[in-house]
Amino acid sequence: MHDIALDEKILAKNDALARENREALKRHGIFSINMVSSPGSGKTTIIEKTAERLRNRVGMAVIEGDMQTDLDAQRIARCRIPVRQITTGRACHLDAHMVHHALPWVFGLENVRLLIIENVGNMVCPAEYDLGEEMKVAVMSVTEGDDKPLKYPALFHAAKALLINKTDLVRFTDFDLRRAEENALKVNPRLTVFTMSCTDGTGLGEWAAFLAAHSVQ
Amino acid sequence: MHELSIARSMLDIVREQMARHGAEKLRSLKIRVGEMTAVEPQALLFCFEACTKDTPLEGAALDIEVVPLAGRCEECGTEMRIEGYSAQCPACRSASVEHISGHELAIVSMEVDKTDA
Ligand SMILES: Nc1nc2c(ncn2[C@@H]2O[C@H](COP(=O)(O)OP(=O)(O)O)[C@@H](O)[C@H]2O)c(=O)[nH]1
Ligand SMILES: [Mg+2]
Ligand SMILES: [Zn+2]
Repeated sequence: MHDIALDEKILAKNDALARENREALKRHGIFSINMVSSPGSGKTTIIEKTAERLRNRVGMAVIEGDMQTDLDAQRIARCRIPVRQITTGRACHLDAHMVHHALPWVFGLENVRLLIIENVGNMVCPAEYDLGEEMKVAVMSVTEGDDKPLKYPALFHAAKALLINKTDLVRFTDFDLRRAEENALKVNPRLTVFTMSCTDGTGLGEWAAFLAAHSVQ
Repeated sequence: MHELSIARSMLDIVREQMARHGAEKLRSLKIRVGEMTAVEPQALLFCFEACTKDTPLEGAALDIEVVPLAGRCEECGTEMRIEGYSAQCPACRSASVEHISGHELAIVSMEVDKTDA
């Protein structure tokens, strides 16, 4: 019998490609975010609303990750934003390799300053896979429980921003916005938290301004 | 279930290493999984067995060491075990705590049989 001592990161290949993606995006002056949430928290709707506010000021492109359909990509295309679909099939997350293949398309577009990647609806798996984005953005909605950050700490720790969506519905639930924010900051004190409603428009201006400020740097 | 992709990445590395070392049979594989990773050891074990079944790697033991989450205070340098994912320095009460372990996802060692041994 023979012992082989190693110290090899299991996701080393993904991480190396993610690093390449990150450098390439930087070289092209593109700010990128990777949006992660459970299905139905409102990622696609937030992108639509963001596009309405930013498309005349900031060049945008969207990568849509979906296991089966291109319905979300169709929604984004209707907003007159360039969109590329990645169908992941059985995989429950995007990885750096899939994004690597989509980047030449992004770089072929004109004047893109902001790339939004919508990950597959899932709070667990995407947390482990760096895509090369500048900022991971966790999204949760008020119908999901204010203890969510404690249940999925890996994602909330990896994220730089948290969007708490559907505040228009908060009066129908026992969701406590303050407690949700506290729980998120417990896991990650550096999080920037936005509360918003895509239905009544609350908070969307702040979020769009935040993205715009990062995208011109 | 991303444990399946993780098991596959793990086995790619194992096969590469076995080829490099001229190894014929894998007896066991030791990995380290941080408490803070989104990886479920039981699910990973299940996927490892599923991915090695009917292959030359079938029957290898997978030994998973779970690494607890620990941090270091960025103000005063005190090191601490972090329970419940939220950290406050026990010495100075600062909440600026950097994680120093608990994010591992790595292969530590493997036991193999070599053809010529
Ligand atoms: N009431 C309410 N519904 C919303 C809000 N944002 C999104 N939705 C709805 O939530 C559902 C899921 O949204 P979608 O954007 O597809 O979620 P995704 O799966 O995260 O991309 C859709 O029916 C949206 O219209 C909101 O702020 N308030
Ligand atoms: Mg969607
Ligand atoms: Zn301290």
